[in-house]
Amino acid sequence: MNESALKKLKTLAESAKYDVSCASSGTTRNNKNKTLGSAAGWGICHSFTEDGRCVSLFKIMLTNNCMYDCAYCVNRRSNDIPRATFEAEELVSLTIEFYRRNYIEGLFLSSGVIKNPDYTMERMLAVVKSLRTEHRFNGYIHMKSIPGASRELVRQAGLYADRLSVNIEIPSEQNLKLIAPEKDYQSVYKPMSYIHQGLLENQEERQKFRHAPRFVPAGQSTQMIIGATPETDRQILGLSSLLYRQPSMKRVYYSGYVPVNKSDSRLPILEIPPLVRENRLYQADWLMRFYHFKANEITDEKFPNLDLSVDPKLGWALRHPEYFPVDINKADYEMILRVPGIGVKSAQMIIASRRYSKLGHWELKKIGVVMKRAQYFITCNELTHYTIQEARPEYVRKMLTDKSKKNQKDPNQLLLNFSE
Amino acid sequence: MTFFVYDGTFEGLLCAVFESYSRKIVPDYVIFEKEQLSLFSDDVVSIVSNAEQATRVWKGLQKKLSASACSMLAVTSMASDYPDLGSLLFRYVRKTFDTQKSIETNFGDSDVLVVSKLYKKVSRESNRVIQFVRFQKTVDNIFFAPIDPIHNVLPLVVKHFTNRFADQKWVIYDMRRHYGYYFDLKTTQEIIFENLQADLESGKLSENVLAHDEKLFQQLWKTYFKSMTIKERINPKLHRQNLPKRFWKYLTEKQ
Ligand code: SF4
Repeated sequence: MNESALKKLKTLAESAKYDVSCASSGTTRNNKNKTLGSAAGWGICHSFTEDGRCVSLFKIMLTNNCMYDCAYCVNRRSNDIPRATFEAEELVSLTIEFYRRNYIEGLFLSSGVIKNPDYTMERMLAVVKSLRTEHRFNGYIHMKSIPGASRELVRQAGLYADRLSVNIEIPSEQNLKLIAPEKDYQSVYKPMSYIHQGLLENQEERQKFRHAPRFVPAGQSTQMIIGATPETDRQILGLSSLLYRQPSMKRVYYSGYVPVNKSDSRLPILEIPPLVRENRLYQADWLMRFYHFKANEITDEKFPNLDLSVDPKLGWALRHPEYFPVDINKADYEMILRVPGIGVKSAQMIIASRRYSKLGHWELKKIGVVMKRAQYFITCNELTHYTIQEARPEYVRKMLTDKSKKNQKDPNQLLLNFSE
Repeated sequence: MTFFVYDGTFEGLLCAVFESYSRKIVPDYVIFEKEQLSLFSDDVVSIVSNAEQATRVWKGLQKKLSASACSMLAVTSMASDYPDLGSLLFRYVRKTFDTQKSIETNFGDSDVLVVSKLYKKVSRESNRVIQFVRFQKTVDNIFFAPIDPIHNVLPLVVKHFTNRFADQKWVIYDMRRHYGYYFDLKTTQEIIFENLQADLESGKLSENVLAHDEKLFQQLWKTYFKSMTIKERINPKLHRQNLPKRFWKYLTEKQ
């Protein structure tokens, strides 16, 4: 390890940073026989960059040389940027030394495509294989599967990696072909289905042999770039909900397009990345995964795009006043979960506590319900307030958006949730 | 007013509960021996920790509370920086025994709610230690990390580190409470350094005890950290929210 490694590290970290996923959750693995490392299951963030993103894994590219020319990517072959390639041993040693100092949870390895997809996969495999077998490293490994990689190499990768991902990048095939001419959905969906099948086979095998090695225990994830192409939120969320139907798909990431290649006429000119939209999509995704919302409830034909001024849960409630107010002391869990201002934890606490005594305004507040929001949508063990029925949705919307503006100076600086 | 004075440990607290039932007195306050007694402390009972009594109370608790509520109590007892922690936990345990139905989900009761919130705070703090510990490698191959947590959470995280870094020697040292744990590849033990060769402000070990490549790896990590930032998305408020300033002093990438 020396000065040249330092230079490579800088170049290849710069090239890797636009992939937003960094989660290290989904696997719990205890240390075996006094070796190095464990996986904690809760996705530990070891640091946060100044843009507020979690640093959990050592996110790095094996090389930023690439034979493809995807319009949205810094590393595309037509860009004039510094290029570098790591030796397998260099990456192995960096990963281990960073890990020993508690800087990271493990490695997230991706790569530009060199020669062909399989050749690239083999080079990447050499790194993860050495970590797992020679160095008996038990930390977390996330590996990108190169679009177009063969089944056999995906299978091998799955035996060493906790998670594999293949990025869709562009939410419709026709636009993908337009701006990434060397890619198509086949090259993305095939490795995705190899991963899925690999997991199913592995489950069967592990039922027969309890000690059969695990195949991608943390499943797979993917990423879509938002705002580089004109798809609606309805299209995007529809695609996500299809992807989530495969139980192996753990996360879909949304990455607001950062205009890295300003002069490409196929891409829109953006001053800043569409961060508000990106955040609303994460919230919508969250609603699908934890609040039992369906994609077609969050957006529909009449409203194909998310309302940027309110979060999608409030948006749904405002469009559906007929479901409110909800009686906190009687309504079932599903309905309580739909009240703006009540999260999953508060909803569970409400269900648990109301068995002891009826809940009123004060108890709800103590439980952590955001009463400023919830007040228009509930009745509790007290006089009914001024709910959405009396106030009308327009008024409630005004009250709730005016407030949020005051304590939020810059609308582009929103909370991003990258945890699982 | 009656005061019970205990030694600040969870065991001591359970003994206070034992005393309370056996003497049939309910104290107004249960305080840690280092806390200031008030002027009105007319009745002071010193609680002597006793493993046997503590175990009896603990077993009783396990019968009345779920396993998760029991471990929640044990974790909350590390909330050393919460004023009047003893009285709070004492009331919680007494209420558990004195009511027929388990109180653990009755969040309408303010003690139950406060304990559950405090538990969250302590767990968050111990998670942060797990996140933000930074080891420096020394010449004799020991990895050293200073910490300065709000609550006394070091004992809660030792297991995590022992499990994770099982093939390297390490020390994690609480600079505020002046004690630490040392893992020597076999067991993890409590240690106290008389003269620690580290700068108390920055937690940095002096150069002459650092391993030869330690500086290089710190440099590599800092470079990596800087390169990861996407300038178009800079968000200092979110940054500080996720990475509270009080942790910066020991974070390699923030030095
Ligand atoms: S294949 Fe990957 S690295 Fe290469 S240009 Fe396309 S997105 Fe960039």
